Amino acid sequence: MKRTDVRPGSAPPLPPVEPIRLVDPDGRRVSDPAYTAPDHGTLLALLRAMIIGRRFDRQASALTRQGRLAVYPSSYGQEACQVGGVLALADNDWLFPTYRDSVSLVTRGVDPIEVLTLLRGDWHSGYDPERHRCAPQCTPLATNASHAVGLTYAARRKGEDTAALVLMGDGATSEGDAHEAYNFAAVWNTPVVFLIQNNHWAISVPVHKQSVAPTLAHKAIGYGMRGHHVDGNDAAAVHAVVSHALAEARAGSGPAIIEARTYRMGPHTNSDAPQRYRDDSEVEYWKERDPLARLERLLRDEGRIDDSELERIRAQADRLAATMRERLSAAGRLAPEELFSHVYASTPALLARQRQELLDELEA
Amino acid sequence: MAEFSMGQALNRALRDALAADPSVVVYGEDVGPLGGVFRVTDGLTAEFGEDRVFDSPLAESGIVGTAVGMAMYGRRPVVEMQFDAFGYPAFEQVVSHVAKMRNRTRGRVGLPLVIRIPYGGGIGAVEHHGDSSEMYYAHTPGLHVVTPATPADAYSLLREAIEDPDPVVFLEPKRRYWTKAEVDLPVRTEPMDRAVVRRTGTDVTLIAYGPMVDTVLEAAEAAREEGCAAEVVDLRSLSPFDDQTVTASVRRTGRAVVVHEAATFGGYGAEVAARVTEQCFHYLEAPVLRVGGFDIPYPPPELEEYHLPSVDRILGAIDRLQWESEWTAESPAVPGRRSEVGV
Ligand SMILES: Cc1ncc(C[n+]2csc(CCOP(=O)(O)OP(=O)(O)O)c2C)c(N)n1
Repeated sequence: MKRTDVRPGSAPPLPPVEPIRLVDPDGRRVSDPAYTAPDHGTLLALLRAMIIGRRFDRQASALTRQGRLAVYPSSYGQEACQVGGVLALADNDWLFPTYRDSVSLVTRGVDPIEVLTLLRGDWHSGYDPERHRCAPQCTPLATNASHAVGLTYAARRKGEDTAALVLMGDGATSEGDAHEAYNFAAVWNTPVVFLIQNNHWAISVPVHKQSVAPTLAHKAIGYGMRGHHVDGNDAAAVHAVVSHALAEARAGSGPAIIEARTYRMGPHTNSDAPQRYRDDSEVEYWKERDPLARLERLLRDEGRIDDSELERIRAQADRLAATMRERLSAAGRLAPEELFSHVYASTPALLARQRQELLDELEA
Repeated sequence: MAEFSMGQALNRALRDALAADPSVVVYGEDVGPLGGVFRVTDGLTAEFGEDRVFDSPLAESGIVGTAVGMAMYGRRPVVEMQFDAFGYPAFEQVVSHVAKMRNRTRGRVGLPLVIRIPYGGGIGAVEHHGDSSEMYYAHTPGLHVVTPATPADAYSLLREAIEDPDPVVFLEPKRRYWTKAEVDLPVRTEPMDRAVVRRTGTDVTLIAYGPMVDTVLEAAEAAREEGCAAEVVDLRSLSPFDDQTVTASVRRTGRAVVVHEAATFGGYGAEVAARVTEQCFHYLEAPVLRVGGFDIPYPPPELEEYHLPSVDRILGAIDRLQWESEWTAESPAVPGRRSEVGV
């Protein structure tokens, strides 16, 4: 008799309530029973990407204040997640970012100007997702998560070992779509890692109003999935844990949920007013746990980086910022008739007529 | 009299409803201490406490689903979907439960709840923040769908929606949140299910609702300068539809244009045009025309001005209704949109 009451697999271990940490806020190494820090080359790459990412972010915020972007959700303070997650990906893996994750896209190698298309208001997404293996930035919360499951499922059917990293916020984990995606990934055993950036706030709502689970990673357990809890301001730990989870997922040991504890240092977007709902002292507390400062300290202490090298990286970041300003000014404006160009594979008669109507109107 | 913006009038309506009826609760995403992303719930948590006005977990389906349960058990929930497109996760709850509970229970269980949704474009926002989702709701029997165009109506309609024994989808034209008017609050305007004539005229009836009422009034003013007296009807309630007011107006003028931001194909204007044609056929001098958004996904902010109905487009439609002057034996008698003529 074939029994249907037998479930495969054993229960995964509970995630630790204390986050995994490999470098402490003062830049000292912390030993962990399960994880070792990435090598110096990787640590340098992480620091470099964070410096460039933060400069990009600062420039984008400035451009928004000048009215040159429609909106910008900054990831200031979350660089270790933005960078640690992406640098753990292989070239043929996919990234599924949200509106918050512009720095992750820049780290992935997408042209910053193309990243800013959405936020400038030129189009809904400016880069070629297939070329960069990055899905369009997703705004409806948690809805990108199941896309990653479907994509990696399809890739496996093609015989590829493509994995995917889904970025989501703490607030997004409350959405039904998040839970459906977690379950699909677990049941189909697709190589997806869900990286929850717990930045403690969903606009004005603190994370303790979203969930009373010990950690957000505990959500994994109910789906028979592994959950990991990591210090999200420790780029070394984020990189190590994401790499490990991706490798396991690729090897068929199942998907994973990672909660990275970090903090949204700025407002939700430029139009938010955080003084209405949170205390500055909390921001100050997290300032002392800055992801860039601790990695810089470690690499300095271990003699792997010095002032001149840091200067070189910062100069490179400044050049990037300067070109952002220039290229945004130079970028051509959209032709109005493009409204009708990408709705269907071929333009139906109705839309062709409407396009003509608009062109006639513009000529009149 | 004092000056109120639509957002302030809505805020006042919520405050007065909370004060008047202890069963009213207000919840959703960021409606608590922040006061909502448009500040419509500003100050309400401070005044009424976290038991009455609060932030919920971030899940629209759960927000509406719990509102169903609360309404089943004596509360009057007023919940917010933060933006039009973020109401979609709740669609199942709205269509299968909110709209049908009274019907499924043979009238035993009604759901006095209100779902507030800022909707429409024109504020330069990125994707998913400019949808006109009214037709999804208006097409669903069992829901009232209302949308104010003035601060006074915003106040009055919201109060009435909260008092109604049935569920109301309350659509707030987000680009008009900041529009101010002199109002004496509290105010009660015409009943919720009635359309209102905002401007009288004899030559054509312009029919609009929510965000387009002001645009249409502007068009009517411009038309007057060209010698055309346009009557303007503000529908206010999309479901039910006030046949009486609309029909009476079109029978007087003999011509009608219906205007909305949403895609024209299968949009609310199609329903209006059909009803007006059925009820006014013998009075009509020309077909009922629609001026709506193009049949495309809502565009990025840089292009929204080309998409949204403008005064010029409305004037163009009014011109096309005067087809007698252009009529020749060869030209079609149906004055469609300009480019459709001769296709
Ligand atoms: C389905 C849906 N509902 C509501 C929103 C509006 N909204 C945008 S961001 C946000 C908060 C999200 O918080 P979190 O997931 O923690 O991510 P964070 O913005 O902090 O990165 C909300 C409510 C949305 N984008 N999608």
